[in-house]
Amino acid sequence: MTLTHLQRLEAESIQIMREVVAETENPVMLYSIGKDSSVMLHIARKAFYPAVPPFPLLHVDTTWKFREMYAMRTRMAAESGMQLIVHVNPEALAQGINPFTHGSAVHTDIWKTQGLKQALDKHGFDAAFGGARRDEEKSRAKERVFSFRNAQHRWDPKNQRPELWRLYNTRKHKGESIRVFPLSNWTELDVWQYIYLENIPIVPLYYSQERPIVVRDGALIMVDDERMPLRPGEKPEMRKVRFRTLGCYPLTGAVESAADTLPEIIQEMIVARTSEREGRVIDFDAPSSMEQKKQEGYF
Amino acid sequence: MAGATQAALDADIRLRVGKSLLRFNTCGSVDDGKSTLIGRLLYESKALYDDQLAALEADSKRVGTRPGELDFALLLDGLSAEREQGITIDVAYRFFSTARRNFIVADTPGHEQYTRNMVTGASTADLSVILVDARKGVLTQTRRHSYLVSLLGIRHVVLVVNKMDLVDFSEATFRAVEEEYRKFAAELGLPAVTCIPISAVRGDNVVVRSAATSWYAGPTLMGLLDGVEVVEARLGDQPLRLPVQWVNRPNHDFRGFAGTIVGGRVRKGDAIRVQPSGRMSRVARIVTAGGDLDEATTGQSITLTLEDEIDVSRGDLIVTANAPADVAHQFEATVVWMNESPMLRGRSYLMKIGTKTVTATVSPLKHKINVNTLAKVAGSKLELNEIGVCQLELDRPIAFDPYEVNRDTGGFILIDRLSNDTVGAGMLRFALRRAQNVHWQALDVNKPARAVLKGQKPCVLWYTGLSGAGKSTIANLVDKKLHSTSRHTYLLDGDNVRHGLNKDLGFTDADRVENIRRIAEVAKLMVDAGLIVSTAFISPFRAERQMARALLGPGEFIEVFIDTPLTVAEQRDPKGLYKKARRGDLKNFTGIDSPYEAPQNPELRIDTTSLSPEDAAELIVAHLQQRGFLTPGTS
Repeated sequence: MTLTHLQRLEAESIQIMREVVAETENPVMLYSIGKDSSVMLHIARKAFYPAVPPFPLLHVDTTWKFREMYAMRTRMAAESGMQLIVHVNPEALAQGINPFTHGSAVHTDIWKTQGLKQALDKHGFDAAFGGARRDEEKSRAKERVFSFRNAQHRWDPKNQRPELWRLYNTRKHKGESIRVFPLSNWTELDVWQYIYLENIPIVPLYYSQERPIVVRDGALIMVDDERMPLRPGEKPEMRKVRFRTLGCYPLTGAVESAADTLPEIIQEMIVARTSEREGRVIDFDAPSSMEQKKQEGYF
Repeated sequence: MAGATQAALDADIRLRVGKSLLRFNTCGSVDDGKSTLIGRLLYESKALYDDQLAALEADSKRVGTRPGELDFALLLDGLSAEREQGITIDVAYRFFSTARRNFIVADTPGHEQYTRNMVTGASTADLSVILVDARKGVLTQTRRHSYLVSLLGIRHVVLVVNKMDLVDFSEATFRAVEEEYRKFAAELGLPAVTCIPISAVRGDNVVVRSAATSWYAGPTLMGLLDGVEVVEARLGDQPLRLPVQWVNRPNHDFRGFAGTIVGGRVRKGDAIRVQPSGRMSRVARIVTAGGDLDEATTGQSITLTLEDEIDVSRGDLIVTANAPADVAHQFEATVVWMNESPMLRGRSYLMKIGTKTVTATVSPLKHKINVNTLAKVAGSKLELNEIGVCQLELDRPIAFDPYEVNRDTGGFILIDRLSNDTVGAGMLRFALRRAQNVHWQALDVNKPARAVLKGQKPCVLWYTGLSGAGKSTIANLVDKKLHSTSRHTYLLDGDNVRHGLNKDLGFTDADRVENIRRIAEVAKLMVDAGLIVSTAFISPFRAERQMARALLGPGEFIEVFIDTPLTVAEQRDPKGLYKKARRGDLKNFTGIDSPYEAPQNPELRIDTTSLSPEDAAELIVAHLQQRGFLTPGTS
């Protein structure tokens, strides 16, 4: 009996999660409501069954997520029986930071990067699970499964610990924390296939549907609520689209698609000619932008 | 979409998710073209998206090394610092798939100072691809990488002879490189080697057979990767090895042992043994969220419950009852050093093996290995990227298998206690002191039970000092005092033991070490029986006293240094031995022609020049009283 590719990946992710729970004091799972988070949460529930996963979920909220994402967040917190911590950066809220007036870079930095640091510090979490995969982006391909951050949450790519076999060195100095990526070795296709096989609930935005869309700077942006100021000449029109990745709705481009079932999404993936992060506006800010964001503490 | 189409899509997905996984790593010297080769594999297996290709085209124009062509290496050199240097400086993981298989590639760098990254990438690989430049042939780096590959137990090696386009696809050139490499591989004992002539830049023999190498009849690289057998099956047929990672106790009714099976398989009802305690039970359930399983195999992460309520905790190893792992605390191991601060003899490090973390002390290096010549070289420490064979002594016994039998129960990392860095990686070869085939039998009446009955806590008073220092005198006084207050004691005296148990031993250094080892083992058994044991031996070597300390439980070893200067001891000379030694009639006499290594941090130091034997004995009894050894309780 040889395990399949997905069985091996799942077993590896479970092993990583259990190691964190066994060796750290106050772990937390970053829950961003997207498909990777959904897979991560699903695996966590399997890893600790019949116990409820012994850590809370943390959502670093920007207040600019799609409405369907908030609905899913409520549902999954109830279903999993886990504590859900929602952190909203009070400074960002007070200053009314938004992607339209402040731009994607400032918006992402203040809401997400600063918000995440605040939340980790506030609750004293010493380990945080994230759903990042090595296939997403070039600088991710080199990150360790256990990624250490200093007390200022900075990542030092030149000083990473070697990871051999299944052995993870989780020892850290006071003030240091670990970002842990149990899905490191998964690809986007693996994630979709696993969602299908395991029947994992995902935000309906991933399925194609008629949605109100404006084309802005080449991206298909969904007008999810009345906060989005329309530029002259922009008029939302209903188009059959879906999302390959979910973030803040004004920063997340949709793709035109007829795929409204999981098998069709997977089929589309297999013949797809565009990688998923293209839908994210933040990657295009500057060369090496993701690496720089990570050094500054972005997840 | 119509139902029939959905069914077809579903069938297609089921077929795809049934693929197996092969992990491999690539290594070679700088400029051998590793990154280009992997970029080519991704490109040819259609693993690249349009936007990635567009970015590649843009990057190739901007910083590419080959004007007008795609520079596949840019796909892999992820960090901006590296792009400027034009070399890969870390391990990068890449993913692609074919109709048969999914692949994870660890791209590991070629230049010398990053050997640790190569070892990291190779530690999880089923197969290694080693590149050489057809113009340069087998280099020092090639030998180093091949040696590391053999050290890490990788069974399949592919030698890619790259840049064949630059030697006009000459068969003679290829055959010469192949012959030289096969000779070296045979020395290393690499079991399966395939050599392939390739041009990664042009794509010859990467995926498609090249017309330029009509003389070559072997597989293409992709063809080989697709077809080579994965070694997982071999482990599945071995006895069960399940390191307990986490104890799952959601409520009083459930106590499950969670872990990833690293060898063999487990079925409901199987008889198991927990190591190192030796306790036995049977598997009650194999619990998963999707329902109980009847059987689970190597690679699966599961949770077991047992039929009996026995003590099992993180770090224990659950094994097939009648095929247990070896249990030992002293090993010979091969260590790859990964840190700028060298590995030093006598220094202790944290050692993580499986789910267990223990303290390991490095005994003297047996030898270093020159990775170019495979010669054994003498040395006292290991520098960054050096490899050596050494003895490790742990603070407590662990269950293990030799690394070549099982990577997960024989591979370990060493962690520096101060910096918390992972400073070394190693492979256990075998246990020292022939402890392999004996397994600790768990007894129901145990040390705490016996100690409670005696109203004391067992321990060893380990007296050490020069001959004539007063060890026996003081130990005897202490023993009398304890006995008179109804304590259960035993005094192991040096001369007395040499009349029986150790009468076959002389006074060479080797015999002295064995003498102390036996004493320590006997003392350990007596402590297990609940006694307060005194040992009065010169025990001149620090390492042996440390060994005795390591045999006993925390706090049970009380080192009593009877501190008498040599001149004073020689003046006393109660048995006339110093005189004999000075005359040369007695060889290897401690203090004269054999060294005495004084304790650095003894629990008690008795200065006999200022303290009478009676006062010394009072002091020692008071120490025992103070630390609670003379009151009932479990220790």
